[in-house]
Amino acid sequence: MGQKKTEAKVLYQQEIADGIFDMWMETDLAQTAKAGQFLSVYPRNGGTLLPRPISICEADREAGRVRIVYRVAGKGTAELSGYHVNRKVNVLGNLGNGFPLDAAEGKRVFLTGGGIGIPPMLQLAKDLRQEGKAESVAVIVGYRDHQLFLKEDLEKYARVYVATEDGSAGVKGNVMDAIAENGLEADVVMACGPMPMLRAMKRYAREKGIVAYISLEERMACGVGACLGCVCRTVEKDAHSHVHNARICTEGPVFLASDVDI
Amino acid sequence: MNTKVKIAGVEFKNPVMTASGTFGSGMEYSEFVDLNRLGAVVTKGVANVPWEGNPTPRIAETYGGMLNAIGLQNPGIDVFVERDMPFLEKYDTRIIVNVCGKTVEDYLEVVERLGDTKADMLEINVSCPNVKEGAIAFGQKADSLYGITSAVKKKARQPVIMKLSPNVTDIAEMARAAEAAGADALSMINTLTGMKIDVHKRKFVLANRTGGLSGPAVKPVAVRMVYQAAQAVKIPIIGMGGIANAEDALEFLLAGATAVAVGAMNFVNPYTTVEVVDGIEEYMEKYGIEDIRSLIGSVE
Repeated sequence: MGQKKTEAKVLYQQEIADGIFDMWMETDLAQTAKAGQFLSVYPRNGGTLLPRPISICEADREAGRVRIVYRVAGKGTAELSGYHVNRKVNVLGNLGNGFPLDAAEGKRVFLTGGGIGIPPMLQLAKDLRQEGKAESVAVIVGYRDHQLFLKEDLEKYARVYVATEDGSAGVKGNVMDAIAENGLEADVVMACGPMPMLRAMKRYAREKGIVAYISLEERMACGVGACLGCVCRTVEKDAHSHVHNARICTEGPVFLASDVDI
Repeated sequence: MNTKVKIAGVEFKNPVMTASGTFGSGMEYSEFVDLNRLGAVVTKGVANVPWEGNPTPRIAETYGGMLNAIGLQNPGIDVFVERDMPFLEKYDTRIIVNVCGKTVEDYLEVVERLGDTKADMLEINVSCPNVKEGAIAFGQKADSLYGITSAVKKKARQPVIMKLSPNVTDIAEMARAAEAAGADALSMINTLTGMKIDVHKRKFVLANRTGGLSGPAVKPVAVRMVYQAAQAVKIPIIGMGGIANAEDALEFLLAGATAVAVGAMNFVNPYTTVEVVDGIEEYMEKYGIEDIRSLIGSVE
């Protein structure tokens, strides 16, 4: 697995939408990073003890740089958003399993992202494009408003369809509305976003008889599978505890939608 | 320089252990830490059958600490004996198995099963605040603690550590009850019962409403309780509560603990345990301390 805690260096940081920050860090974790995996980022303030799990948005494996795009949600991410270039950051990575690229082979693939679930779709779109095994890749992203962060980056690798809650860009509504409005079809769905969106994707996949891979989140402590804080209900008994609670940080965060009870 | 300590006839290469529930059965952290360097691995609590634990959210951060309400999710003794014990036996470290249950019979079933294994010691969890039945019910009244301790002692083939709850009026009374019932050692403290409320949603943060507070925020309480218990009993104490570095660990030793355990700080820094081992040796060198045992309870 090759997990480790290491010191990364901030190379770039910019606010790209209200409260959404875009950060590049220099770290050798980039070399093994997979789309859909996450990093645990440690604030320096001793009052904020636990690491912040943040998904990998992009990894430049050759240059050894990792990009995270995150929303300021509390004290830890607020501290992170104030970091300047050259600042050192403690990160633990690469955590979790990531999206299964093989599942896209010969298939029409939807990558759906909602809000702060959009960032991991970038590396995924990039990897799928590079592998070139998918028949087609369509990215469907849902935003609150016209602040369409990462849209231009995504367009480098796939056709992008937009939905906004307030209708200020793309289709008014959510990703499901954008799929319907544009008459899109797929054989495989890979999704990350708020729980209502993930439930909708799971339902959609079931109705269409296709598979969906969804990335879940939960409050975490250790990030490596020891504390059993971040579990989700599973249909079958989980491999670790033999109950019905798989660890999102370890068995996930990406699950086959039909395997989890959400 | 001697860093070895002995508890109930079991020798530990150093006094640094892991606190139950924060280290799994060692597998997850073996990526980060050479388990051979630890005095002991204390496992996550194991029951007679698998336990599902509580609904999520199970974790909440608080200032300088965290609340957890895992509810002792565990795979049960069968899986533990078949999977986790063989893993731990590969390492040159002591194995202390934390035992939980809902009834006295549950505890005894696990204790009996462990009798045939290479577990070096048993730690009896009578102090988890996150499960309704069993657990803490045995650890908050001196007579209940006495009862479960003597029942376990009759069945146990390994030395028994009773893990005490800090959620009591008089920790010395509890320590004495466990000692009188035949406990070989005490470990303390388990987490302090706490609560966090999200004022924006006006909701409890934890699905369980209450959780156990751990981390540096609880350390002064833990040091005080270890000191009080050490004054009250003769059996050895394993001290824990917010240990983040060697200085923290040394506070516990000076207060009267024979060994220490690192808990929540494993989540913050996976290398904490080995850093504490190294730091204690540096301290001993700096102050010319030949034998770590001379530090135990030596606060003035």
